[in-house]
Amino acid sequence: MKIGVVVFPGSNCDHDAYYALKHELGVEAVFLFHKEHDLKGVDAIVLPGGFSYGDYLRCGAIARFSPIMTEVIKFAQSGGPVIGICNGFQILCEAGLLPGALLRNRDLRFISKHVGIRVVNNRTIFTGDLESGAVLHIPIAHGEGNYHADPDVLAELNAEGRVVFQYCDDHGNVTDEANPNGSQFNIAGIVNAKGNVLGMMPHPERACSTLLGSHDGLGIFRSLAHSLEIVAA
Amino acid sequence: MSNTSPDTRTTTLADALALGLTEGEFNKINEVLGRAPNYTELGVYSVMWSEHCSYKNSIAQLKTLPRSGGRLLVEAGSENAGLVDVGSGYAIAFKIESHNHPSAVEPYQGAATGVGGILRDIFTMGARPIAALDSLRFGRLDGKRTRFLFEGVVRGIGDYGNSFGVPTVGGEVFFENCYADNPLVNAMAVGIVRADATVSATSGPAGNAVMILGSRTGRDGIHGASLLASREFDEQTENMRPTVQVGDPFGEKLLLEASLELIASGVVIGMQDMGAAGISCSTSEMSAKGGSGMRVDLDRVPLREADMSAYEIMLSESQERMLLVVAEENIPVAQAICEKWDLPLTRIGDTTADGMLEIYRHGERVAHLPAESLVLGGGAPVYEREWRKASYIPEVRAANPRAMIGDVSPADAFTMLLAAPNIASKRWVYEQYDSMVRTNTVQSFKADSAVMRLKEIPGRGIAVATDCNSRYVYLNPYVGGMSAVAEAARNVVCSGALPVAITNCLNFGNPYNPEVYWQFREAIRGIGDACRALDTPVTGGNVSFHNESQQNAVFPTPVIGMLGIIDDIAHLTPSGFQQEGDVVALLGFEGFELGGSELLSLVSGQVAGDAPALNIVREASLQKCLLEAIRSGLIRSAHDCSEGGIAIALAECAINSREGALGAEVYYERQDEISALFGESQSRVVISFDPAGEPALAAVAGKHGVPLVALGIVKPDVLRINNAVDASVASLAERYSTAIERIMEPEMSAE
Repeated sequence: MKIGVVVFPGSNCDHDAYYALKHELGVEAVFLFHKEHDLKGVDAIVLPGGFSYGDYLRCGAIARFSPIMTEVIKFAQSGGPVIGICNGFQILCEAGLLPGALLRNRDLRFISKHVGIRVVNNRTIFTGDLESGAVLHIPIAHGEGNYHADPDVLAELNAEGRVVFQYCDDHGNVTDEANPNGSQFNIAGIVNAKGNVLGMMPHPERACSTLLGSHDGLGIFRSLAHSLEIVAA
Repeated sequence: MSNTSPDTRTTTLADALALGLTEGEFNKINEVLGRAPNYTELGVYSVMWSEHCSYKNSIAQLKTLPRSGGRLLVEAGSENAGLVDVGSGYAIAFKIESHNHPSAVEPYQGAATGVGGILRDIFTMGARPIAALDSLRFGRLDGKRTRFLFEGVVRGIGDYGNSFGVPTVGGEVFFENCYADNPLVNAMAVGIVRADATVSATSGPAGNAVMILGSRTGRDGIHGASLLASREFDEQTENMRPTVQVGDPFGEKLLLEASLELIASGVVIGMQDMGAAGISCSTSEMSAKGGSGMRVDLDRVPLREADMSAYEIMLSESQERMLLVVAEENIPVAQAICEKWDLPLTRIGDTTADGMLEIYRHGERVAHLPAESLVLGGGAPVYEREWRKASYIPEVRAANPRAMIGDVSPADAFTMLLAAPNIASKRWVYEQYDSMVRTNTVQSFKADSAVMRLKEIPGRGIAVATDCNSRYVYLNPYVGGMSAVAEAARNVVCSGALPVAITNCLNFGNPYNPEVYWQFREAIRGIGDACRALDTPVTGGNVSFHNESQQNAVFPTPVIGMLGIIDDIAHLTPSGFQQEGDVVALLGFEGFELGGSELLSLVSGQVAGDAPALNIVREASLQKCLLEAIRSGLIRSAHDCSEGGIAIALAECAINSREGALGAEVYYERQDEISALFGESQSRVVISFDPAGEPALAAVAGKHGVPLVALGIVKPDVLRINNAVDASVASLAERYSTAIERIMEPEMSAE
């Protein structure tokens, strides 16, 4: 099994995702440089966090035109698993692979801290190893993570179980107080209609070691690895 | 030489004075050159001989510090940053630097480019930055201007570091009136590099290509080093906003990746970042170090505005640029790497054999200077300034701090202190910093020091902290200087690390004032004695003089950045309580001093008395004792006693306890409860430990001659101290964590 980590100029969680996949999860990981068109035969793709192209324009708005994105879009459309984390989530929205947009945080400040997220749907390829309703402790670090979509899109996301993670308190209650950035419905992560593209603002790659305070993020990568094994088998 | 173009017109003493040089310095330049310098040349001297670049008024004192030995791989000042052996073939590069004056004028960009500059110092050596810390000082938060500066500086640091991708993991924030007009912004960066793969800031031999990498050169930051950083604030200062550089963290991120890849490819002979004094500084310092010269054609430098003069190009402090020397045959390899990262790499000249900087513009030679004559350690001036014991000392020392505090009750004192901005949680600040990117951060702002794992050396970690209580330095510069080192070391020991080396950022007033120079000398003497006693040599750092406004000089503020090594990450020790039923104790030497304390300041508005005494031999014993106890597995938590004394230390142990759910029941009754609970005597640590380990711990303490004073027991949910404190940990946490938010964002906390 091989997972690719895309490197945009300004990606800064690329090494972290690579390290988590290779050393904490134990699968083969490769970098995919933004200027390339070769996906190197990967089984899944991670669009990592960071500030692609400095995010001087709208977050992710330029990265989505990178040469590699042509291939990522094709890969996703043909059912290949893609996870976009933080800036990666923003890029997926800009690329039209996920609906909605990430606006500036409610209080207009960058926020970096550990948050709780509730597993709303464990019937996706990214959450199969997790308990439904479980609370994961995973860090966020973003200035623009306030998820926003039209009412009909939100209704569709909810109806189809495509809201995968919601910000919650330690006991799993989805409250306004537990919402760090003002996201509608406390949305922390969603999947596309086919269920093969996940976008999430929290950083699972930062929660893969007890030494760093949490290994709850590993469950997401492990779920993906298990579902890929099942497909392969 | 033609005298017709503005770049090459012959200069006079009046020109020199306007650029901040003295008459003596102008005469010396004439002597070195055997002629009067032209305007471009004079500009180059003015920045290279500025306080900021030449350390002319500080270097003689700095040389008294222990600057080699221990684990140091390079002597202090010889490279862009210090380099310390961390084992297994790796080294840690680290350094702290000030960006005070730019931040006072333009807080957002000033602070942002301060971070950018220190990061470049680290990666220009080949090290990848793994942590940043920021030591910040402002006026009191009730001032509107202070809140503007505070807000801008924090946002500038956050935006730059977050985008670049370095975790900001520690530092300090301190509020005191003396910084109202002249805030201090000191940025520290830490990087890791294979010890055999570092790059030096040298030109190497003659016959190689001199190349500029990164951003285009513009008109920003001209005379930032000389006219802005090297004098006091006055009514002209506002007009100097254009001398502040503008940061581009995305450009810096690309520069990082390109630089590290260039170094890894083996094509780099020498490299130096361009910060203060831009091309002037990098060409002269690299040439002087390599013992060669450089011939540079400024027409080849990529410019933002085509009509820039030679003078402007030489003095520009545009950010995110590097100067490197590459052998002719390796240029294609270098070009390919830079193209990958979309950064322009441009040959602007060659290294030569004659030791001269030869600079051309529009085909005309606009400067012809001996490189050696420009640099620190070469021809730059060195001054020993006049000094005189500060006249305020007898008056402040005569004060009786206990009497000034009066009859405030311990309960009220505790409540007041917990929400005082100098003590309260800096959450409002650190949640704006990405402290976790690069996934090495084991602990950061809630502990005594920031601890980073080293992925390169599994099981090993480093602990880093910055410290300086400038009130102590003001009251007693020698003891205060020592205490800054001692507390920084104590902080990393509390986390389970062995302190190994420091970097320092020395923020003082005008060195031409003999009383300021006395503070400087005394503080250096204290730092040197402490570093020798604790075996933590100085790897380098930065001096920032002229931190004065029209009203006053800042308190002397020698900030210490400490590096500690955790040989086995299993020895990592948190600051908060971990287990119900553990014994709470004071390890160290009891003392009840209130001079310069936070309580005194809160109650009386005064900074008075003497700094808490420091016996550095006892301090060393305490640190050795604590580290041995930690390594023997006898300690569950350790937290330094500092501002606010034992009572505040206990409160922080509770607030930062496991799940925030542990308090304690403590009795610490001495003759005077106020000085017992809130005194700030040095060499004390609040620890908690498993009662079963008490005999072993007592034996370790006895061996080192360090007192172990039982205080109480760890209990769930509630903190009780004598009859002064009886509160739920949750309520303490709420008050402590939201104090600064309530000031900065009153409308939000009103909800």
